[in-house]
Amino acid sequence: MSTTSAPQDGGSQGAVRQRQTKLTWRQRRGQWDVKYSPYLYIAPFFIVFGITGLFPILYTAYISLQDWDLVRNTGEFIGFDQFAWVLQDREFWIALRNTFSIFLLSSVPQLVAATFIAAMLDANLRAKTFWRMGVLLPYVVAPVAVALIFSNMFGDKFGLINTVLGDLGIDPILWHTDIIPSHFAIATMVNFRWTGYNALILLAAMQAIPRDLYEAAAIDGARTVRRFFSITIPQIRPTMIFVIITATIGGLQIFDEPRMYDAFGLGGANRQWLTITMYLYNTGWGDFNFGRAAAVAWLLFLIIISITLLNNFLTRKFVADDATAVKKVKKQALKGSAKGGK
Amino acid sequence: MAAGATVFALTLAACGSSDNASDDPTDASKPAENAEPVTLTVATFNNFGYTDALLQEYMDLNPNVTVVSNVAATSNDARTNYFAKLGAGGLADIEAIEVDWLPEVMQYTDFLADLSDPEVEGRWLDWKTAAATDPDGRLIAYGTDIGPEAVCYDAALFEEAGLPTDPAEVASLLEGGWDTYFEVGQDFADASDKAWFDGAGGTYQGMINQVEAAYEDPETGEIVATTNPEVKAIFDQLTAVTPEISAHLSQWSDDWFAGLATGEFATMLCPGWMLGVIKGAAPDTTTWNVADVFPGGGGNWGGSYLTVPAAGDNVEAAKDLANWLTAPEQQLKALAAAGTFPSQNVALEDEAALNEAMAAGEEPTNAVYFNSDTLGTTFSNRANAISVSPFKGEFYFQVNDAMQNALTRVEDGSQDPTTSWNQFVSEVEAIG
Repeated sequence: MSTTSAPQDGGSQGAVRQRQTKLTWRQRRGQWDVKYSPYLYIAPFFIVFGITGLFPILYTAYISLQDWDLVRNTGEFIGFDQFAWVLQDREFWIALRNTFSIFLLSSVPQLVAATFIAAMLDANLRAKTFWRMGVLLPYVVAPVAVALIFSNMFGDKFGLINTVLGDLGIDPILWHTDIIPSHFAIATMVNFRWTGYNALILLAAMQAIPRDLYEAAAIDGARTVRRFFSITIPQIRPTMIFVIITATIGGLQIFDEPRMYDAFGLGGANRQWLTITMYLYNTGWGDFNFGRAAAVAWLLFLIIISITLLNNFLTRKFVADDATAVKKVKKQALKGSAKGGK
Repeated sequence: MAAGATVFALTLAACGSSDNASDDPTDASKPAENAEPVTLTVATFNNFGYTDALLQEYMDLNPNVTVVSNVAATSNDARTNYFAKLGAGGLADIEAIEVDWLPEVMQYTDFLADLSDPEVEGRWLDWKTAAATDPDGRLIAYGTDIGPEAVCYDAALFEEAGLPTDPAEVASLLEGGWDTYFEVGQDFADASDKAWFDGAGGTYQGMINQVEAAYEDPETGEIVATTNPEVKAIFDQLTAVTPEISAHLSQWSDDWFAGLATGEFATMLCPGWMLGVIKGAAPDTTTWNVADVFPGGGGNWGGSYLTVPAAGDNVEAAKDLANWLTAPEQQLKALAAAGTFPSQNVALEDEAALNEAMAAGEEPTNAVYFNSDTLGTTFSNRANAISVSPFKGEFYFQVNDAMQNALTRVEDGSQDPTTSWNQFVSEVEAIG
């Protein structure tokens, strides 16, 4: 790397050399070291990413323009026909609707609950580690196991929930027939698994908040709720954004739970709970139409990117960053002290 | 696991001399002490009945051969793995395939070894061999089991409803076409608060497997499912009777298993391998029986094959093992172990051996559980009654899925039959 770039820099360095005194070989090597070594150190990641991340993405783009035969590993170039086909397919739009519905039903309550749980765990508790490990426990359970247990609970005829409802004299809910109940059931599985995980990440961020902020606020008479909204939330903002983005990506890629929701894994007789990734999987591994599946993958990629950007924008807008938060607290503290002074 | 075993096999092959395996006298019948050591991997799914004891038997006969068995949990997993690696390489020496995805495999027969051999001619039922022979006359798979269908029924529910309970009487009661089956069902439903059959999906499978060319034109490969009057007639007949006599349980769902255990329905179409499913779902029941009858004649549901990928390192040795595994004697042992009903003529003709195999195996054996000493005879009769070998083309899987969904939509009450049929038509038009 340095041999190719050295001549390019030679000109400017030569000019520097003429103005200053001549650099020794050792000094020049030192300069290169400062200039190029950092790139060398981070290179392994980008090389690995290029091979395992970027290449598949680009190769998928290539395949999405073909009528692809997986077994023979050959394809026929057909341009954007696959995209056009997918965009006019009724199932694609149903899958999109379901994905967003399940995503909203899972991510929103999940993040609210996770923040609340994290705040609780941040408080002075006995046996802290026990409670903290406890919230992570559902995450350790394999998604397939979660799906098996929950789909037993959400059985239409002999499921636990409907049996209890029946005993209470309430009509059974058709978990596998009606759209919203099926989304609700799947969202429940997702929430069960991921709430604790997100709570722990948020807890870590909360632990890093300087305690004197709380003390100052407490002295100024701010109550718990006020402290939570005016200190905790603004202080964990970067982590919050991280959690929201990962939850978005995860939510839009939801696969295991809806696939395990019934015996066939195809999203229901009327595609009630078919999600985009299931649609992608069924196209690829069910119909063996990999060109089309690649087109779906790219559409999903674009959807996720746009939603993430939108999310990022909204979060930045509504959750104040720490600088403003600190200013706010200081302002309030100043106000308080001014009042006290009078 | 599979990858590890393959690597192991490759290493072993590399350690051996450069002699071709095909030169070795690895005949299944006689031990070959001087042959080069080979490791063969056998990839199956669910339960083929290839027990450790059976594989050990082969290793004892052929001391140079080590057999490693990989079992995938479901045939879907196996299907995904099969097509992912068929072109790229990395499959086991012997790979099992299921009859439902055989049409897809038949498009890629050039990747599979030709297994035709004078020794195995006439070993299987004609239609079993015909389905695995490509247009060039190459036999690319050896048949393992078939799924001849009979009617399983719950004798306790029959008695409550005032119907006969003896298998022979039930068989004569149900003798006839699907009309008879549904009429008796209506009588049953009038006299009982239970349902006649489990659900439309499984029953439909039995009906459509009697149609010669249901979804595709065998000549052109064109999809004709939506215009085929036979398909529409079956759909109409089934959706007309389901509100009254179906338990509305979608096959393989949790509710379906629960319904089996609690006796929610009186009859079910059952291929041989279904016996194990019923036994597993309702282990505490003792009232299930098998009637030697099937509406509309005979029918086959499922069954598998063994293929040998041509890219393997030990094609000849693998072929010998596949040959041995699908020989009538071994198939009877698999029947005893897993209830996989043989597709081999010699095995099918030997009723005593079939009955014996059904009575062997783990307690309670099929014979004990289903209260019959003659299950072998029953299923042998059912196999002989199969007269139609339905044509299944490239799009069979997708069209059948769409149809199953259409039936489910009617059964769960979310659509009326006309709406559901129209949606099926538009879904099928989108295929291809």
